[in-house]
Amino acid sequence: MAIYSDRFNRGEKLSTVKSAVAQYGILVLMLALAAGLWRLQILGASNFKELAEENRIRKEPIMAPRGRLFDRDGRLLVDNYPSVSCFLVREQNNNLDDDLPLIAQGLHLDLDQLKATLKHYRAAPGYQPIPIKQDISADEQAFVEAHRNELPELETIDVERRLYPRDGFAAHLIGYVGEVSDDDLNQARYAMYEPGQIVGKAGVEATYDQILRGQDGSRDVEVDSHGREVAYVRTQHATPGQDLKLTIDIDIQRAAELALGEANGAVVAMDPRNGEILALVSHPNYDPNAFAVRIKRDDWNKLITDPRHPLMNKAIQDQLAPGSTFKIIMSAAGLQEGVAEDMKVNCVGGGSFYGRFFKCDKHHGVLGISQAIPLSCDTFFYALAQKLGIDTIAKYATSFGLSQKTGIDLPNEMTGVMPSTKWEWKNYHQRYYPGNTISVGIGQGETQVTPIQLVRALSGIASDGHLVRPHFVNPNQLPAEFRTAVFDSFPGSGAKNVSLDENTWMTITDGMAAATTSGTAAAAHINGIDFAGKTGTAQVVGGGDTHTKGGSRTPNAWFVGMVPRRNPEIAVVVLQEHGDWGASSALIAQKVIIAYINKQRKTDHNVLDQAGAGDKPVEVGAVWSSPSEEAKREAKRGGKRDSEQAENSFGAGHYFLNPPPAAAAKDLAARQAPLLPLFAVPLRWRESLPNKDSLE
Amino acid sequence: MRRFLSFRDFDWALLLMVLILCAISVMEIYSATLHTKYVGGHFNTKQLYYVLGGLLLMFIFAKVDYHKLLDWSPWAYGACIVALVVVRLFGQKVLGARRWIKIGHGMQFQPSEWVKLILILIVARYFANLGGRDLTWRDIAKAFALVGVPMLLVLAQPDMGTALTYSPILIAGLFLGGINWRQSLILVTAALVLVVGVWSSGKILKPYQKARLTGFINPDNDPRGAGYQVLQAKIAVGAGGIWGQGAEKGSQTQGAFIPIPHADFIFAAFSEEHGFVGAIFALLLYFFVLMRLIQNAQTAADLSGSLIIMGVVAVLTFQIAVNVGMVIGFMPVTGIPLPLMSYGGSSVLFTFLALGVAMNVRMRRFVN
Repeated sequence: MAIYSDRFNRGEKLSTVKSAVAQYGILVLMLALAAGLWRLQILGASNFKELAEENRIRKEPIMAPRGRLFDRDGRLLVDNYPSVSCFLVREQNNNLDDDLPLIAQGLHLDLDQLKATLKHYRAAPGYQPIPIKQDISADEQAFVEAHRNELPELETIDVERRLYPRDGFAAHLIGYVGEVSDDDLNQARYAMYEPGQIVGKAGVEATYDQILRGQDGSRDVEVDSHGREVAYVRTQHATPGQDLKLTIDIDIQRAAELALGEANGAVVAMDPRNGEILALVSHPNYDPNAFAVRIKRDDWNKLITDPRHPLMNKAIQDQLAPGSTFKIIMSAAGLQEGVAEDMKVNCVGGGSFYGRFFKCDKHHGVLGISQAIPLSCDTFFYALAQKLGIDTIAKYATSFGLSQKTGIDLPNEMTGVMPSTKWEWKNYHQRYYPGNTISVGIGQGETQVTPIQLVRALSGIASDGHLVRPHFVNPNQLPAEFRTAVFDSFPGSGAKNVSLDENTWMTITDGMAAATTSGTAAAAHINGIDFAGKTGTAQVVGGGDTHTKGGSRTPNAWFVGMVPRRNPEIAVVVLQEHGDWGASSALIAQKVIIAYINKQRKTDHNVLDQAGAGDKPVEVGAVWSSPSEEAKREAKRGGKRDSEQAENSFGAGHYFLNPPPAAAAKDLAARQAPLLPLFAVPLRWRESLPNKDSLE
Repeated sequence: MRRFLSFRDFDWALLLMVLILCAISVMEIYSATLHTKYVGGHFNTKQLYYVLGGLLLMFIFAKVDYHKLLDWSPWAYGACIVALVVVRLFGQKVLGARRWIKIGHGMQFQPSEWVKLILILIVARYFANLGGRDLTWRDIAKAFALVGVPMLLVLAQPDMGTALTYSPILIAGLFLGGINWRQSLILVTAALVLVVGVWSSGKILKPYQKARLTGFINPDNDPRGAGYQVLQAKIAVGAGGIWGQGAEKGSQTQGAFIPIPHADFIFAAFSEEHGFVGAIFALLLYFFVLMRLIQNAQTAADLSGSLIIMGVVAVLTFQIAVNVGMVIGFMPVTGIPLPLMSYGGSSVLFTFLALGVAMNVRMRRFVN
């Protein structure tokens, strides 16, 4: 057998020199490797041990459950619910793309959207988990569990999620939460927030975010290189957010939502004694639950392109001409300036001013201010506006808080506009044309107000010039430094007193009371309730006399109402965009007021001190069932026309009857006695009430 | 003409050192996969089977006359080229490279490992045939072609790591086969020019390959990207200290911060858990294995036997240097396994086969 080796040169051997070279070469190489090990393991040991420790331990946040929101009676408004989010942890050396179709299928995600999410986080550090689906369902959770080995990159995390009332109930006042955006993070007030954190984005959720959010805890977790938890090292528990009690009354809120119905607009019910908001509705609304989990792009687009602006809180952001409701401010200005009191104007369906005829919708004949307010005679206020001039009007309007924020504790409040010569110069660099003053006199022209401004101003006038800062959270619940922070964050006209003459106060409040008995809002009259208010039918730009409800040229329907007429304990503003006559808004306010009264009758069993009379507490209910003889007599003295009604009212409820305006002024002193215990007027305001001596 | 072959002539001392390394390997694979995603793979038992299979193959190959192997080597070389082409065209695609042929039951076959052995034989045959005379440029070019063809095929898979392990066979062959100083100087210069050219052309090397190659120089530049593996391996080795953190206790290993801690990076895992002392012990074992092999080469009956063993030494040395160098941050990440320690059937079987051939040469040292 011919073997290959036969052909070898047997004489040749391996060179010993060369093999020795190879041996020494290997020795040098080994020494080099040993030196490398020495450098790392002996010289660098402590440093690398530290690095290994840093690798191993990861601080993991524990989300603090957000504080819940309650209504004024302690009923739950916004709750949390436990939920599971799914995250994707990118691994080294792992081709994720192959797993994506399975993940998308198991989690019911759109594959393209999932890819887009991953692309969005492409630049993020590798160890940062990518949120791919929030609030996963039980079967999706089971999917993740079942595929632990095939899809180790999927991870679930327990979080507490916000649960809001259904159907957008109180959506605009509550607001919603969401992931803090990049833009937010650049702002000073978000300085302590970290990317990816959930923050309040609107409404009370945004304003009181720092109270509600609590303090996130953290857990030192031993992890492997894929961020998977191997063991817990130590845990610092989260401090749950503080619960907040809002001033909202769910019953009244519900009544307001139902009363406004499908109309576009806003309703705000406020306690003018202290500025507590009892109800705030803006319609159309949205479902904040959709924001609590990631909102779908389509839904979001629908929300932002809807011409009815569902995301806008119309109660504080809708700036519109106030219409005739502005006449209350005109009246206050006129009476304070001493022009309006004895002014008589002959309304012949309008009047000529600055060479132009301005229309009124009726022939009111000769009237004074007491009739002009309830009948809402435009001609009277044209004349008054001409007499006062734009700057006087603006002075008073501004003092009542128009063209300024009210300081309500909600983000993004609007200021509105009050024209004046100064304003005209600043914005248009021209002199104010006096003819424009005429339309301003009836709340048209460039004047723009928000519903919250209007209710604060008008109820403030009815409270003898005591204006309040509207708010949702009683500041006493808040830590002192946060209280100031809220006030600083939401600057505005705030709580203040505008001194009004006795006569001004009386005339205006009586005028507003007459509006709901015999005036423009007579349809909204509530039997036995001292309901006062003012309608406004504000023409829109380009609008004419079209009165089709909901049309784009139809006037906006305003109404501001309050109970009782002086020092009211509830004031309601209603705005219906393109709602036609203000009287239709008055009916909505009426429903809210009735809900309030019914609630008071049912629940107000508190024992109140009878103001100024003795030490023995008297249950208010006792007064309702049997009115004092004196009060009956007073009612009869009030006049023939109202006596019967008065009788009925006293039998039906505890609220003071609606007296005729004339009687109000004459017998004021007598009426104050039964009034006081019925409406719990805070002590400090009682001083501003007239006493018998000053009147007699 | 052949004398009686006895296993008394078998290199039992070498085998003992090899088996100690294998034992270390199986234990460390067990420890390194204990808490990681690889735990389900039972790699330590599989490795044990590979070692046993390797031993069996080694004894079989020790019996077959290496001259016969040299006789067959041209055919085997041809088969290798075909296999590499087949893999290139039909192979299993894993992590973006075609390196494997599936042979059922989850077993895979990686031809590029076996090419190493064939190359050792064919190169030994080639240079032994030249009989130790001075090499002409023509001889050198032929040697380059012999190694270059399979190397380019493997490079195209792409598997740069394995392709690079072919080069020490060529270098050892040239060095021992009689290249002179002038020629080697010219070749080194040419190689340098080529490397620089390939690097800057930007076409032959894929960006990930470049990143891997440069990542080791300054891993801190990109701690989550290409430098990640190098950095984590260095941290593991350094955290081991003198005595190590103990078996199954290395946080870098158990926390899976070390990539593939049972295969390419097993030395990092071993160094973390058994420290400087353990690492030096393993290096010493390798050193003695290599020295013993060279001694066998010196005592071989003929030049072809010496060249075969020196080829094995060259490949093993290269792999040890590159793998350990990679773990301690001296070398780029190339995916070259550590012989006898890294998990992997092809790698273990190759090493044992290579050792078997070396044994073969030793057992026949007294022939003639």
